[in-house]
Amino acid sequence: MIEVRALTKSYGPERAVDAISFDVKQGEIVGFLGPNGAGKTTTMKVVTGYLPPNEGTVLVDGMDVREEALSVRRRIGYLPENTPLYSDMVTYDYLAFVAAMRGIPKDAQGHRIAEMTHACGLHEVLSKRIDTLSKGYRQRVGLAQAMIHDPPILILDEPTSGLDPNQIVEIRELIRSLGREKTVILSTHILPEVQASCDRVIIINRGKLVADGTPDELQADLSTGERVQFSVFASEDDVSSALSAWSHAEVLRHHSDDTGEVHFTIAAKVDIRADLFHLAVENNWTMTGLHRERGSLEDVFRQLTSE
Amino acid sequence: MHATWTLTKRELRAYFDGPAAYVVLSVFLAITGWFFGNALFLQNVASLRAIFSIAPFIFLFFLPALTMASFAEERRSGTLELLLTFPVRDWQVILGKLLSVALLLALAIGLTLFYTLTVAFLGDLDLGATVGGYLGLFLLGLTYGAIGIWASSLTRNQIVAFILGFAVIFALFLLDKVTDFVPGGLGVIMQYLGADFHFQNLMRGVIDTRDVLYYLSMTAFAFLLTTYTLARRPE
Repeated sequence: MIEVRALTKSYGPERAVDAISFDVKQGEIVGFLGPNGAGKTTTMKVVTGYLPPNEGTVLVDGMDVREEALSVRRRIGYLPENTPLYSDMVTYDYLAFVAAMRGIPKDAQGHRIAEMTHACGLHEVLSKRIDTLSKGYRQRVGLAQAMIHDPPILILDEPTSGLDPNQIVEIRELIRSLGREKTVILSTHILPEVQASCDRVIIINRGKLVADGTPDELQADLSTGERVQFSVFASEDDVSSALSAWSHAEVLRHHSDDTGEVHFTIAAKVDIRADLFHLAVENNWTMTGLHRERGSLEDVFRQLTSE
Repeated sequence: MHATWTLTKRELRAYFDGPAAYVVLSVFLAITGWFFGNALFLQNVASLRAIFSIAPFIFLFFLPALTMASFAEERRSGTLELLLTFPVRDWQVILGKLLSVALLLALAIGLTLFYTLTVAFLGDLDLGATVGGYLGLFLLGLTYGAIGIWASSLTRNQIVAFILGFAVIFALFLLDKVTDFVPGGLGVIMQYLGADFHFQNLMRGVIDTRDVLYYLSMTAFAFLLTTYTLARRPE
């Protein structure tokens, strides 16, 4: 559906996007992740046909964004960063304006606006001026604007930035419900958002693509192994000496509390929970806790984007 | 073409939803009315000459003021990105904006027809000079508008856009008035490039295609410069 090949975009001498390649398949929701200034927005601007690339190609449904710009733009709904809207317009008029600019025939406009009003929950604000709307409503108007021509592809640049937690959940649900029939690329620097709404994650850092996969794959590939929290009633020294004999695990730290319970944090490359259980049984220790922690997406993100 | 007209309507609506259009129209009418009334009542002359001589000075300020927001504000608020990712060509966007200014200009000039009728009623109207004057006024305003829109595309700050637009227009206005200070050959060129020179020709009632062509080509040139600015996709 979308094929990005060796895309490079420079602002002056600075390479904002450096030879990025990726594909987005039909119906996928792809999260674009990266620190501020990593090149997410620039990539999206090229895909939407706003910015011309310096090198490389972007194909949407097999059409080059430069050569068949208008056909490509018809297939894309775009919500730019910071949700720009004509603040002096009334919501309804604004949607009608976008519909007309998008070439929706006059007799179909009312129907499309009604549909968007319903989908994005805009009933209350249809007759209000956009500059009086709350941030959450502005975002919904932005989404309605992006989808008014029912495009197969949605490109959303930070659709939830600046919203409060309730609004974030609302917008996220909206994207997920709308995204069922659409191909969606959304950028964010909020990690739980990616886990909550995306099928695939693309991580960009300093203009380069550093990871591409499902959230699970990325966690599995890149986590530094796993950590196990192990708690038993036993003497701290006994447990220490028993564990120090293991070659496949390493005790990171341990402490005991006044109830006689000891807590160990153990790092291992493989799942050692069964071994720990048997160790406790053999020594007749009463086990009170056994918990495995995998590297979170946050760890993956930090690892890939910090230097 | 449909998209262009949609944009023109939006622009006109923005002018009339805010105070901009009303201020411009009423001040324009007030100033031209003052000069017309002065001639009429104090000098007993029922003539449009007073209006045609003062209007170019008013345009000098009004057209940059009317156009200073056209692209600068879209850049500042980020809506330019929306506009330029609609399935329309850049030139359609510029044309939509220019058309809205042209219509507002036509309305302002059209409202002075009231004075024309007064002249026709009280004295004898020189039809050729009137038609030439109106045509010249419209073409002059259109040229200034196109330059104002270009200036507005260069910046995201409306005040900078106004000053830039005004500076270019003023230079164009002065060009045929400073020919005494330059050698002959250059003077002729400067005179030809001066915006006011061609207006003076048209105002005399001689509708020469060269004068009309001058304004149309200046407008087209400013239009072209705007497409170049937008093609660079300014932030």
